[in-house]
Amino acid sequence: MSTTSAATRYDVERVRRDFPILDRQVNGKPLVYLDNAASTQKPTAVIEAVRDYYATHNANIHRGVHRLSQEATAAFEAARATMARFVGAEQSEEIIFTRGTTESINLVAFSYGRANVKAGDEIVVTEMEHHSNIIPWQLLCEQVGAVLKPAPIDDTGDLILDELESLLTERTKIVAVGHVSNALGTINPIARIAEMAHAVGAVLVVDGAQATPHATVDVRALGADFYACSGHKMYGPTGIGVLYGRRELLDAMPPYQGGGEMIRTVSFEGSTWAEVPHKFEAGTPNIAGAIGLAAAADYLESLGREAIAAHELDLMAYGTAHLEAIPGVHMIGTAREKTAVLSFVFESAHPHDIGTILDNEGVAVRTGHHCAQPVMKHFGVPATARASLGVYNTHEEIDALVAAMGKVRELFA
Amino acid sequence: MSELRDLYQEVILDHNKHPRNYGALEDADRHAEGHNPLCGDEITVHVKLEGDKIADIRFEGSGCAISKASASVMTETLKGKTVEEAGALFERFHELVTGKADEDLETLGKLAVFGGVSEFPVRVKCATLSWHTTRAALNESGTKISTE
Repeated sequence: MSTTSAATRYDVERVRRDFPILDRQVNGKPLVYLDNAASTQKPTAVIEAVRDYYATHNANIHRGVHRLSQEATAAFEAARATMARFVGAEQSEEIIFTRGTTESINLVAFSYGRANVKAGDEIVVTEMEHHSNIIPWQLLCEQVGAVLKPAPIDDTGDLILDELESLLTERTKIVAVGHVSNALGTINPIARIAEMAHAVGAVLVVDGAQATPHATVDVRALGADFYACSGHKMYGPTGIGVLYGRRELLDAMPPYQGGGEMIRTVSFEGSTWAEVPHKFEAGTPNIAGAIGLAAAADYLESLGREAIAAHELDLMAYGTAHLEAIPGVHMIGTAREKTAVLSFVFESAHPHDIGTILDNEGVAVRTGHHCAQPVMKHFGVPATARASLGVYNTHEEIDALVAAMGKVRELFA
Repeated sequence: MSELRDLYQEVILDHNKHPRNYGALEDADRHAEGHNPLCGDEITVHVKLEGDKIADIRFEGSGCAISKASASVMTETLKGKTVEEAGALFERFHELVTGKADEDLETLGKLAVFGGVSEFPVRVKCATLSWHTTRAALNESGTKISTE
């Protein structure tokens, strides 16, 4: 499918009608929401799925024999099956519901990591990782005496693959990489990294938080052993996310948290664990969240994930050209393969001042270090302003961003 | 633009572009570092005391226009004041930027230009970072302070 034909078919005005929040105003101006990498807005389909669950099916799952509990259990497990299809998992049992990407990565670090990483072993990440794909590994390394090694990026924000490969040895037990960088938009070549990691016997953990909203994800084609994503970054609810793990890895892993739901038998002499995925889902889960997340996944499929990707690439190219044309604006992150992120600095105004002025014009962007301080350090900036794109953004909204940057220049240039 | 103009008054834009008392202070006897994790602002305040009086005060660091201008105007204001006077001024400045000031702004002198900050609650920490840092320096707490 060519970019042009997909972009032509994509009816953004129809998409916008699916998002009630886009009707509201900010500071007397129409909301221009360009902070999608932080969190996305919710379509009616998601809001209604959550409402419908609470209004008609709410009960605890996997316990009661009564009707509501059966309905809730069926809806929750159907959500799991939907998410398995959405990321290309072979079986539903490979999908664990978590609070989000952060918890998914912490689960792998705690459970797989403690069982498989020993003193002197190494974990390789990249310089462009979000803090949630750095800190869990740092904590693990401190606990077991392993070493964390960051693979460097170049000045476009591209991962230097040769350098990554040269860090991989038989001591490498885990390679943890973001699919798409939240601060730069860089798309990493996951399939190639998977080959490199597997060649030295390491497992590949992918932080997919910024990929699932924008592109088709197929964990088997990518070669990911673990893949983490968040509901709220893909038009679903907050407080719900997914960890995909290869079945044989999950089967061999010890539990993550202890409690109800995750056990088979409990006695004071010793307890046994439930099968996956329940082994990793202690306590009553976020049932409504899982159902809302599945509704979000269905919604993205209904728009067409290739059509979404084409629409956003088209907007990104338009935004890049128009921002770069503003004197004093410097783009941060210009990798060959990137998506949906326009990160920039302006020579005479700090990003925080830019954020306040844009907000006054109704334009919501993120300013700061984007939970990626090593990236800021690499580019020698304390922070950037970041406009990040979603399914409902338009060329007119990019124009509004560029016009609002004119106000920044009025005050600061 | 009117609220924005209240925030980014000419005096503030000028102090942002040309900060006063910027740089190291060789014979300083008090230092403190301040950090605003929300926007990455970093500031170091150097103070030279003569008895109870702030004989000289300078600052270094990077940050947004509000934090830089606030530090600059603060150093101008505090030079020559006693430690006690500085503490009292901080309290009044804090009331000003949080919208709680009910007194005559003229007695605050140039600090009054920060009155517009009260319309932008997320920017209060930018305006007060240098003041918190100075208080830490004067109290000789010596620890790095953070607005979070």
